[in-house]
Amino acid sequence: MNQPANVLDLKDLKVSRGGVRILEIPSFSLRENEFVSLIGPNGAGKSTLLLAIMGLIQSESGSVRHRGQEILSDASRLAFRRKIAMVLQEPLLFDSTVYENVASGLKIRGVGRAETHDRVQNYLERFKLSDLARRSARKLSGGEARRVSLARAFAVEPEIIFFDEPFANLDAPTRQSLTEDMDRIIRDQGIAAILVTHDQSEALRLSSRVVVLNCGRVVQDGSPAAVMNAPVNEFVANFVGMETILEGVVLSNLEQQMAVRVGEHEIDAIGSPLQGEAVYCCIRPENVTVSVIDPAHTTSARNVFPARIVEISSLGPFLKLRLDCGFPLTSFVTRESFATLGLSQGGRVYASFKATSVHPISKRGRVG
Amino acid sequence: MDLILEGLVKAFQLLASLDPEVLGIAMLSLKVSGLATLFSLVFGIGFGTLIALTRFPGKKILVSLVNTGMGLPPVVVGLFVSILLWRNGPLGFMELLYTPSAIIIAQSVIATPIVMGITIAAMQQLPANLRLQILALGATRTQLVWMLIKEARLPLMAGVMAGFGGVISEVGASIMVGGNVKGYTRVLTTATVMETGRGNFDVAIALSLILLLFCFLINYVLTYIQQRERPR
Repeated sequence: MNQPANVLDLKDLKVSRGGVRILEIPSFSLRENEFVSLIGPNGAGKSTLLLAIMGLIQSESGSVRHRGQEILSDASRLAFRRKIAMVLQEPLLFDSTVYENVASGLKIRGVGRAETHDRVQNYLERFKLSDLARRSARKLSGGEARRVSLARAFAVEPEIIFFDEPFANLDAPTRQSLTEDMDRIIRDQGIAAILVTHDQSEALRLSSRVVVLNCGRVVQDGSPAAVMNAPVNEFVANFVGMETILEGVVLSNLEQQMAVRVGEHEIDAIGSPLQGEAVYCCIRPENVTVSVIDPAHTTSARNVFPARIVEISSLGPFLKLRLDCGFPLTSFVTRESFATLGLSQGGRVYASFKATSVHPISKRGRVG
Repeated sequence: MDLILEGLVKAFQLLASLDPEVLGIAMLSLKVSGLATLFSLVFGIGFGTLIALTRFPGKKILVSLVNTGMGLPPVVVGLFVSILLWRNGPLGFMELLYTPSAIIIAQSVIATPIVMGITIAAMQQLPANLRLQILALGATRTQLVWMLIKEARLPLMAGVMAGFGGVISEVGASIMVGGNVKGYTRVLTTATVMETGRGNFDVAIALSLILLLFCFLINYVLTYIQQRERPR
């Protein structure tokens, strides 16, 4: 299979503000059809990176290439910017109708009336906004306003799309349906995307690559499972949370009762992904119980695995155990039970967790 | 009491008979103040937008100066414009003093800071990220400025009303630089002052009524546009 071409290449990008370096990216690329999630704490430089790529903030040095072509002149910067769409956290709609808002990017590009009309209708429909076309954008609910801002971004049919926490402060069902609409269109049209998010499950579900930023630098760049399971340092580990994330394939699903193959093992889980689907199984460490004798007959937990303690680290009143069951697993135990059970590094234990403690997330067939 | 009643009756007679002199004064007022407002819009919105959108040292001081200018006393403006246009003054060669143009200049000076101050406030009230969003949509600098002005159109309309209201009702500068020359530079306010001084209350009341009517009509039209502009 051919390696997809890069739509975007950054080299030695540096941005400073008030004499302080706030972004330093030695190199970064985005491939065709790739969906990258950008995560990191507030002030890590996530938004700055997006703005610097678009040339909306002054960078100190560095080059931006679009399909191998370096962006040098103002004219090429504008042309490049017109190939990108950006959705910010606030919808920032214009004080006019929903239709006019969705049409605004096309108007700016000087697209003809008839074509604008067709495209706007198309995207109003895709984002379930057709009934609201004549409505004032100031009289929309939060969810509707986000839909309009998404439709406005997609209407210009960009090659690359940036999302800067587009679904923050939305309720879960709205967020879910918006994410789905967005994901469908991105994949239909083969748009490359970068999503800034704080939501791990969103990053897992949508992206083929996760990039962790801290203090303006890339700390880790890899597949979602790699970043979540094998954080390169303590910062990433603390930031991504300490959930165990396992890649697997659904063997069967009978009325939500799933069996998932993870490596050579089979895990029971509850959820809707169907047989044959690739999934991530997320297990929170507080839901994993450790015992020294086989609890198979004393526990209702459906998943019991013999394990070896690989690493013990302190977390205030708890101890964090990294276990190897043939797949990695993390567990929290209190200092008290740690002492009672007589646990030690390299010791043999049994790890158990309920099927309901496994949170399956469909991978949606994205291949990075 | 009779004085007022008599005055009102005569005033309505003057208006109803479309007295040519009163009508001429009213039209001149409208023309002079209308043009002055127009110039102040060009300068006020232009520079106001520029000030609001750029960052430079001393911006706070400049904005404070503009805001102070919003309350510029018309007589002070009248004084300085008179000095500038005086026969031996720097612009004396233009021979503009005691012409309608002089009133337009003075009134433009009065209205510009009003429009500029309101423009700056209106622009700064727009969400901070709106500029980024517009540029991210692919706008050029010119498109950006135009779209921001469009977004701020409702408060800007208030600026137009405030500017026009300020100059059409102003008397100090008009009398100083215009001289209240009959049939040439006599406007509603200067005529009202003169007729009141002469004790011709009926004419003064008629002129005042026209002035009020203008103020009301202009504001009514602008308010109407402002309300209608918001789509449902």
